Amino acid sequence: MLHGSVIIFTSFAYLGLLFAIAYFADQRADAGRPVIASPYIYSLSLAVYATAWTFYGSVGRAASDGVGFLPIYIGPTLMIALWWVVMRKILRISKQNRITSLADFIASRYGKSALLGGLVTVIAVIGILPYISLQLKAISTSYSILVQYPEIVMPAQLDAEPIRQDTALWVAMILAAFTIAFGTRNLDAAEHHQGMVAAIAFESTVKLLAFLAVGIFVTYGVYDGFGDVFARAAAVPKLHRMMTPLDGVAGGYASWAWLTILSMMAIMFLPRQFQVTVIENLDEKHLNKAIWLFPVYMLAINVFVLPIAFGGLLRFPDGSVDGDTFVLTLPMAEKQELLALLVFIGGLSAATGMVIVETIALSTMVCNDLVMPVLLRLRGLRLNERPDLTRLLLGIRRGAIVLILLLGYLYFKLAGEAYALVSIGLISFAAVAQFAPVVLGGIFWKGGTRAGALCGLLGGFAVWLYTLLLPALARSGWLPIGLLEHGPFGIELLKPLELFGLSGLDQITHAMIWSMLANVGAYVGVSLAVSPSADEHRQASLFVDVFRQTGEAEGARFWRGTASAPDLFNLLARFQGVASADGAFREYAAGKGRRWPDDGLSADAELVHHVEVQLAGAIGSASARVMVASVVKEEALNIDEVREILDEASQVVVYSHRLKQKSHELEAATAELRAANERLKELDRMKDDFVSTVTHELRTPLTSIRAFTQILLEDPEIELEQRKKFLGIITKESERLTRLINQVLDVSKIESGKAEWRAASVDMKEVISDTVTAMSQVFQERHIEVEVRTPDRVSVVSADVDRIIQVMLNLLSNAVKFCEPGKGRIAIVLSEQAGGLRVDVRDNGPGIDPEDQAVIFDKFRQVGDTLTDKPHGSGLGLHISGKIVEHFGGRLWVESSRGRGACFSFTLPTGAGL
Amino acid sequence: MSDFESRGQRFVALCMLGILLFNYPVLALFNVPGSVFGIPVLYAYIFIAWVALIALMAMVAESHGRDRH
Repeated sequence: MLHGSVIIFTSFAYLGLLFAIAYFADQRADAGRPVIASPYIYSLSLAVYATAWTFYGSVGRAASDGVGFLPIYIGPTLMIALWWVVMRKILRISKQNRITSLADFIASRYGKSALLGGLVTVIAVIGILPYISLQLKAISTSYSILVQYPEIVMPAQLDAEPIRQDTALWVAMILAAFTIAFGTRNLDAAEHHQGMVAAIAFESTVKLLAFLAVGIFVTYGVYDGFGDVFARAAAVPKLHRMMTPLDGVAGGYASWAWLTILSMMAIMFLPRQFQVTVIENLDEKHLNKAIWLFPVYMLAINVFVLPIAFGGLLRFPDGSVDGDTFVLTLPMAEKQELLALLVFIGGLSAATGMVIVETIALSTMVCNDLVMPVLLRLRGLRLNERPDLTRLLLGIRRGAIVLILLLGYLYFKLAGEAYALVSIGLISFAAVAQFAPVVLGGIFWKGGTRAGALCGLLGGFAVWLYTLLLPALARSGWLPIGLLEHGPFGIELLKPLELFGLSGLDQITHAMIWSMLANVGAYVGVSLAVSPSADEHRQASLFVDVFRQTGEAEGARFWRGTASAPDLFNLLARFQGVASADGAFREYAAGKGRRWPDDGLSADAELVHHVEVQLAGAIGSASARVMVASVVKEEALNIDEVREILDEASQVVVYSHRLKQKSHELEAATAELRAANERLKELDRMKDDFVSTVTHELRTPLTSIRAFTQILLEDPEIELEQRKKFLGIITKESERLTRLINQVLDVSKIESGKAEWRAASVDMKEVISDTVTAMSQVFQERHIEVEVRTPDRVSVVSADVDRIIQVMLNLLSNAVKFCEPGKGRIAIVLSEQAGGLRVDVRDNGPGIDPEDQAVIFDKFRQVGDTLTDKPHGSGLGLHISGKIVEHFGGRLWVESSRGRGACFSFTLPTGAGL
Repeated sequence: MSDFESRGQRFVALCMLGILLFNYPVLALFNVPGSVFGIPVLYAYIFIAWVALIALMAMVAESHGRDRH
């Protein structure tokens, strides 16, 4: 048994918990350790988008047409994909201009126009009323159903209508008190409500968990998983058509598309979404995570909508229970007392979250953009002379909160009963969609003007009133229903639901088509027709080119006049309080390397602009401009001067862009030069190495020749035998010297390209047998076994036969050098492969380490430790061979490992005639 | 800056892809009787496409570390 008092007690306990969270977060924020500075909290706070409409209404919508609830969440997902482009820009603009609300944003963009700000506020308040009434309806309905537990009785069937309406009034008043406590405890210059954001993030968690709990209970507790629910529903003839839901609805795809567009606009321009996304944003980078986390949240809260809807339709087949209440009535029907209570709290958190943020956002608008501009202009009030206006500002906001909630209640009483939850919400979506052209146009198109924005908004809003709000009131019996059926004064063409004879569409699609046509048409048309003022021109440029600017100081370029710093200080202190103003001035002075108030500040354009922006954070940009103008003497700039400043600025941008480009080019050139220099140094070092190695190599044989000739010269007594031996050495060393010099000449000839090459047809079989014959003496001396394997027929290659023989001789003599006498084996294999011939010369010597294999083809590289091992040659042979093979289009390489012998191979292409 | 621009272009492309996936005529292709794992085809399609789109958005949004060098 759930007694009313239990429900009420739980609700208050929950609200108390919320308040505690908010209080804690505010304390932490004051202490400089904000709890909400996290992309996860930010993403959760965005989920204030999911209201009682989502919580109760989605299921109701799904129960009536299957998929109609989905565009409301798919649309935002699509829009959020564009946030990187759109929202980042809005965030940057809002931070630089201290925007406090959507109305402030629009007013500021179009020349800080108070009139425009006021109009936006009026549209937002009237447009959002149905939405607030929806939350009140949801809370009071869910309460009056839950209190009947375990009976399930729809409120309409009870004779308790007045009681329920009283409940709604109570709910409205309690929420008003709660919101006042939340949002208007003190006046924050940056309009941040960190406590509120923390509470909203908590509420988002609660409603998601509550909804998932019901979903899991229905899907897996009552039924046997998704498949089971759908299978049972498909078996009911009445529900069968909902398996292909887009068939039945007239214009099903069109209304799907319009709902998507509508919710794309809503996610940007609902005042509460603008509040949490833009105004409460602490760090632009949080957007990166929110871009996908928030869609994940929307996906999660929608997964179980269909099973609950079908479960409800199966459980209550007679239609006695409203689909909007399935989330609550299903657990009740299954006698799940606690789950039902959890659902009620979930619905409460969805509704309160929306109401709190929405009314705070609207009250800021009402205060800054509607009431203050009027009060400041009423000279009789002498507001200019009051020392402290912060209490007045807070008072106005509190009043606005109460008023908005009462109006929401009034709408609920007047028109709330005729529509389902979702339809009520969609009326509000259509209202805020009217802001899309002026905001999106405003940040991407400099041509949009104040007059255009005013006309566009007025046109769109008028159509909205006529096609959506008027029918809602008529259906509830407050206006004659004949108005809908026959049109005003019997003029059929003006029927609100079939304007100009456009029929066959659902109400929202119909209203959106006409209102967008009027809105965009008037905005673009009038903007093009009327030329902008200097103020508008300046603001357009500040908004559209926001990413080109360096900071707040940018706006100061447009100001000329005289002012005094103490005047400005007093002005700021009146609206923000002395302490806050003092802080702002100290900070500003510190940025200039001075101290306030000891040093005094020059009241230049920058300071004036700084104060104006600070003030805008408290009272909105339009009012801030009026207030600043009241204490300074400003020279008005005319449009040409503004243009001139803007042109200058864009010239500077172009120059700096070019400069950047030039410096990039310079950097690249420098890097290239540095690389070339490195290369030259390397070559120089290589040349030095070469010269020193060559001289070293030449000296070795020369030294021994000189030593032996000297011995022969000085000692005529030497025996003939000895003499012969010495002369033999001298001859051998001279030969080595000659060979070395020839090779060095060879290398330099090849490298300088002066070598003579005689190309002719070469038969490799012949070359191999010739070289082996030429070397046979050596093989025999050292007892080395030689094996030659050649195919019967090979193609001829085009090359210089002497050079190729040189290569073969080099490879064979290398192989001989490294083979152990007596045990050596050398295999020469000639084979034909794709496009050429391949020759392998394999020995069974000590092999070559992998790290040495890459360098043995370099000049003067000899493998092995040159200190201990006796060098076996000049170190030029392989280098020359490699060059020769390369010259004829082939490749020379080695495969080997320590202790396993080495295999030198080269290829020569056939057919490539040289 | 070029990283910012290229990411912006990827996001715009994803939005267009989403608009394509969730509208006539693609949607009509799946508005047919039958079921996938017991779930009616249209519902299954919408949720799978939705998950895929969000996954792609997450990849683009979190890719800055890799793109910067």
